Amino acid sequence: MTIKLGVPSKGRLMEKTFEWFGARGVSLQRTGSEREYAGTVDGIDGVSLILLSAGEIPRELASGRIHLGVTGTDLIQEKLARWDQLVAPVEELAFGQADLIIAVPQAWVDVDTVSDLDAAAAAFRAHHGFRMRIATKYHRLVREYLRVAGVADYALIDSQGATEGTVKNETAEAIADITSSGETLRANHLKILSDGLILKSQATLWRSRTAELDDLQRETLTSLLGRLT
Amino acid sequence: MATRSEILAKASAFRALFEARGAMVVEPPILQPAETLLDLYGEDIRARAYVTSDALRGEQLLRPDYTVPVVQMHMTHGAKPARYTYSGEVFRRQEKDPTRANEYIQVGYEVFDDVDPAAADAEVFALISQGLNGLPVTAVTGDIGILMAAVKGLDTTVPRKSALMRHIWRPRRFRALLDRYSGKTPVPATRTALLAGDGKIDAPLIGLRSAAEIEARIQSLREDAACAPLGAGQVALIQALLDTRETMRNAISQLRDIAVDLPAISDAVDRLALREKALTERGVDTENLMFEASFGRVSMEYYDGFVFGFRADARPEWPMLASGGRYDALTRRLGQGAEIPAVGGVMRPGLILELEGANDH
Repeated sequence: MTIKLGVPSKGRLMEKTFEWFGARGVSLQRTGSEREYAGTVDGIDGVSLILLSAGEIPRELASGRIHLGVTGTDLIQEKLARWDQLVAPVEELAFGQADLIIAVPQAWVDVDTVSDLDAAAAAFRAHHGFRMRIATKYHRLVREYLRVAGVADYALIDSQGATEGTVKNETAEAIADITSSGETLRANHLKILSDGLILKSQATLWRSRTAELDDLQRETLTSLLGRLT
Repeated sequence: MATRSEILAKASAFRALFEARGAMVVEPPILQPAETLLDLYGEDIRARAYVTSDALRGEQLLRPDYTVPVVQMHMTHGAKPARYTYSGEVFRRQEKDPTRANEYIQVGYEVFDDVDPAAADAEVFALISQGLNGLPVTAVTGDIGILMAAVKGLDTTVPRKSALMRHIWRPRRFRALLDRYSGKTPVPATRTALLAGDGKIDAPLIGLRSAAEIEARIQSLREDAACAPLGAGQVALIQALLDTRETMRNAISQLRDIAVDLPAISDAVDRLALREKALTERGVDTENLMFEASFGRVSMEYYDGFVFGFRADARPEWPMLASGGRYDALTRRLGQGAEIPAVGGVMRPGLILELEGANDH
């Protein structure tokens, strides 16, 4: 049996991952047509490449269907409860950096901290009759962060994309999303709360703690990790 | 481990105890409309309850407890005095501790009574205590009403009191607010700049929160900055109150001492004293019953008076075997104009059986 390595199936994340492995003498390649999700591994025997959506890699690692996988810290922590028991970080890949943050309209000059957000949420609810809405796809991480920070009177609204636009569209009052340069936020007239950093994320190589290994697989894994780290 | 039929038998026995007191058996549906619970608890409920949905009825919750549906049912049929009991599954989302059950049988007793709240408190506590009779458990009691009265009676502004009141159930935030109001935590530089008038920017205003709302908050921040800090003596009184941790009788005398400087809590302490008397009349040994003023502050925020819980002595890591409290404000929230004092408690027959089993060996 081979060691299964899960890699994001498209875009910059895939290209950067291929580059990172290539620089360490492990060549990853997509095979067949542009649209076919199949790949090969050269430079080491006994490793097979599985191309997956970055969002599915946490689940596959947790269930042990893949032994290694590349995905962001944000997705691991959002999707896996008790993630540290299911997966272990092998190496940070120094790309795909993104911060999960809370942002509000720049025009909210009275809101700079999470504590301000809480006070504004209380007043907002009293005025509008519903809770202040925060658009995000990171429900668990954001809820836990706001719980610890002691923020009340808010509601999370699911937003799977174009989250920065929800405030202008009046489907949310604030957002919690990942950002790398902050440019999209600024273009949408949003600012980051000064203490609103929920998580710093980057592309990371993870090892499954649940995947079973036979002797041959263990040997392959040791030799592969020796090359990579 | 007890089997399911053993747990159900135990649950029936407890329910019979409450039926013998004249309680009517009720059976609210397992699927509860999400709206009421979300409105009451906000996002916190999503971390604790299973949310499901369909395209027709929208979001629904797997019953995380019985109290809210029982109160709703009672209040729609008028806020008359009544006693209810129930027994069935409740569902609690668990994402941190895999040893905690996400589905278990709960038996409960709810008393709606506007004649003698102290007697109703004592009745619920004593009945549950009777159900646990002989087991190595320790009861703890508290009273959220005393803390609420203390906050209301603080010598500070109404907005500060409301902010503290809003965070009574979030002890860390409550503490942070006290530190801010008493001047222990410095005002953030950005706040100072804003109030000095340096905070203007020319970004377009987007979203539902209006310029008037922003201006109103700046105005209230200005007013807050202009008012005197909360005195160190007041903070010390709140701290002394929160630190009260004594047998019920000693706690009453300690709280009476605090009430000399904080007279706003006097009525609430009187109510505690009446409750102590009612408990004694029911045969509860209040000389050894613990009272902790902070007890119940991290639970669901509907209790606003008497609170209690029973812990297994040898299993401090277990959830409470039984717990409950007074929730007068909840009847008001769900009563559409009506209200009635109410108190209730729940028991966990599964855990109780497990403890009995462990005790036999």
